[in-house]
Amino acid sequence: MTNALNEIKPPVIELGIIGWLRKNLFSTWYNTILTILGIYLLYSILPPLFNWIFFDANFVGSSKDECTKDGACWIFIKQNLKLIFYGLYPTEELWRINTAYVMLLIAGIYLLIPNLKNKGWVGAFLLIPFPIICVYLFSGGAGLTNVETRLWGGLFLTLVIAGVGIVLSLPIGVLLALGRRSKLPIVSLLSTIFIEIWRGVPLITVLFMASNMFPLFMPEGVNFDKLIRALIGVMFFSAAYLAEVVRGGLQAMPKGQYEASQAAGLTYWKMMALVILPQSLKMVIPAIIGSFIAIFKDTTLVLIIGLFDFLGIIQFVGTNPDWLGFSHEGYVFAAAVFWIFCFGMSRYSQNLEKKLDTGQ
Amino acid sequence: MSKQSPKISNFIFNKNVQGVFYQAITLSLVILGIYYIVQNTAQNMVARGLASGFNFLGVESQFDIQMTLIEYSPTSTYFDAFIVGLLNTLLVAGIGILFATIIGFAFGIMRLSSNWLVAKIAESYIEIIRNIPLLLQIFFWYFAVLRALPKPKQSIEFMDSIFLNNRGLFVPDPNLGEGSSILFYLFWLSVIISIGIFVWSKKRQNKTGKTFPAFFTSMALIVGTFTLTLTALGFPISFEYPELKGFNFKGGMKLIPELVALTFALAMYTAAFIAEVVRAGIQSVSKGQTEAARSVGLKEGLVLRLIIIPQALRVIVPPLTNQYLNLTKNSSLAAAIAYPDLVLVFAGTALMQTGQAIEIIGMVMGVYLFLSLFTSVVMNLFNRYMKVGER
Repeated sequence: MTNALNEIKPPVIELGIIGWLRKNLFSTWYNTILTILGIYLLYSILPPLFNWIFFDANFVGSSKDECTKDGACWIFIKQNLKLIFYGLYPTEELWRINTAYVMLLIAGIYLLIPNLKNKGWVGAFLLIPFPIICVYLFSGGAGLTNVETRLWGGLFLTLVIAGVGIVLSLPIGVLLALGRRSKLPIVSLLSTIFIEIWRGVPLITVLFMASNMFPLFMPEGVNFDKLIRALIGVMFFSAAYLAEVVRGGLQAMPKGQYEASQAAGLTYWKMMALVILPQSLKMVIPAIIGSFIAIFKDTTLVLIIGLFDFLGIIQFVGTNPDWLGFSHEGYVFAAAVFWIFCFGMSRYSQNLEKKLDTGQ
Repeated sequence: MSKQSPKISNFIFNKNVQGVFYQAITLSLVILGIYYIVQNTAQNMVARGLASGFNFLGVESQFDIQMTLIEYSPTSTYFDAFIVGLLNTLLVAGIGILFATIIGFAFGIMRLSSNWLVAKIAESYIEIIRNIPLLLQIFFWYFAVLRALPKPKQSIEFMDSIFLNNRGLFVPDPNLGEGSSILFYLFWLSVIISIGIFVWSKKRQNKTGKTFPAFFTSMALIVGTFTLTLTALGFPISFEYPELKGFNFKGGMKLIPELVALTFALAMYTAAFIAEVVRAGIQSVSKGQTEAARSVGLKEGLVLRLIIIPQALRVIVPPLTNQYLNLTKNSSLAAAIAYPDLVLVFAGTALMQTGQAIEIIGMVMGVYLFLSLFTSVVMNLFNRYMKVGER
């Protein structure tokens, strides 16, 4: 009996590292060629890149002359760090921005740690009181000195625009989606027209419109700040995209949910708020985060109408006569920061998708 | 209680009545809002002395455009400038779509490769490019790469006929000699005949089951006709090569660096999204389809052509057109590097000169809106057509 079960081990060649290599890299002759080509490609790109970014780069010093090595001159970024992160915001008032960052960070970490209670309240704090506190902190009034929005800039401005776009466009998007799905013909028609117009045009034309046409729409004497005009444009634009995402969730809702809540005697708004929206929004969370990533990337366009966001300020410091010829460093740094934000968000949404997958 | 109260409450809580009521409120709010805006705008325009209407389209534009596909000079009208911008936008979008499709399909297929390294390279490309703003990529290619290229004298050469330097990309310009029009007519004729052959062979196959090598026949027809006429006419098409004269290149076709950078960035960026679309499409065809096709004895090539590709395309085409549309809309970022597209020429320069914001932005938005709506109509037709085969 025992002898019959004498196992024959698979050949070494199919096990371990060698087996893996054979299976995944050298299974056929053309895979071998592809692997070799791939290795050559990586060899010709990665070492020079890493040398430029890390090994040959200049980190220590305070002026351009101290960039003696061949690689990147990160001193350029280091010396302009305040501009890049905060724009022209007065140095003695920076604590206001930093306070907001710290609050956001604490709330964010709290939300990310699994199995903590009261997450709903923290989320609600981030959505409603926090933006109000931010407006007060950033622009001033009542005890704080006023800081004009034209001094706002850098990564700070990018986060403000993206944050406003994200926080305000979600409720508008939900309303538009409900409107489009509504049985009332005029409401549905108006919502559809609104959504399709904003989705059909590029963001740049929206921003051009915001900066050139909004002043004409307002009564004489009322003058909006350039930043607010841009914010309104970004908000409507992203609301239209979010509306379509939310509509997808609403359409995916089984009809039984509507019928059951009507049978229970709920009014339209109660049915939506208590039964339909919680379920359908949960379904489309990954798509909503996808739209947020798009909004975040699109905020760079505001530099075209003359706001100095993160990318705009990097363009701007690159034109400083003291620091000419360092555009590569600026772009690589900006790309890295944007990439970390966007990639982080997309990975977070993938995790969330797995966690929320309750199996309908 | 009077007898009437239940009737009134019936009336108030009647769904239809409520519906009409809410709609009336919404509609009147929207109309009031529009009226308010129109009123303000009219007052503001009078106050600022702005003209209205489309009369400005016939006025001399008095500005020059760096790159034009049609005849244009500062004495041309604003309407000509509009057309120039529109054509430049379509040009960038067209070239961009072509390259984005090729690169995107390549990376989408690579991502599904059984070769681990190839799949990882494709994945890294997609994840890096997708998560960096397009505008940053355009800036990078334009300011950090193309502007940093050597001067014309030290151009990067390719086969002695294509030159890349900081003034742009110089390629040979086809010179159409006498008789080349005949060549084109015959070429199109052979293409039409080939389409006829395809239709006929399909019909015959459906009726009798006999196959006909339609692809090879039509290829032979088109290539054969082209070469034969070319030889018979004594090669009427020649190429004018760019040549270095003094400090710059003369002759040939010059593609300005803005165009090169913009097309490149748009194609690379959209390709990353197309790659994901293609991957999702191919993965959506269940494995059972391949296995079933093999088990009825189809050859590998036919499995791909008759079973997998048609089903994958049904999933791929709608989001793919969406990406094409995105690319076209994103081409408006041209304004940031001064490529003379519709937005820069019309919503930029023309708007600055005339101040007629409403008409100009309306026209520009109208163009993009038309493109989107047109695409979505075509897509709906496509979806309806593709659905026919389903059970």
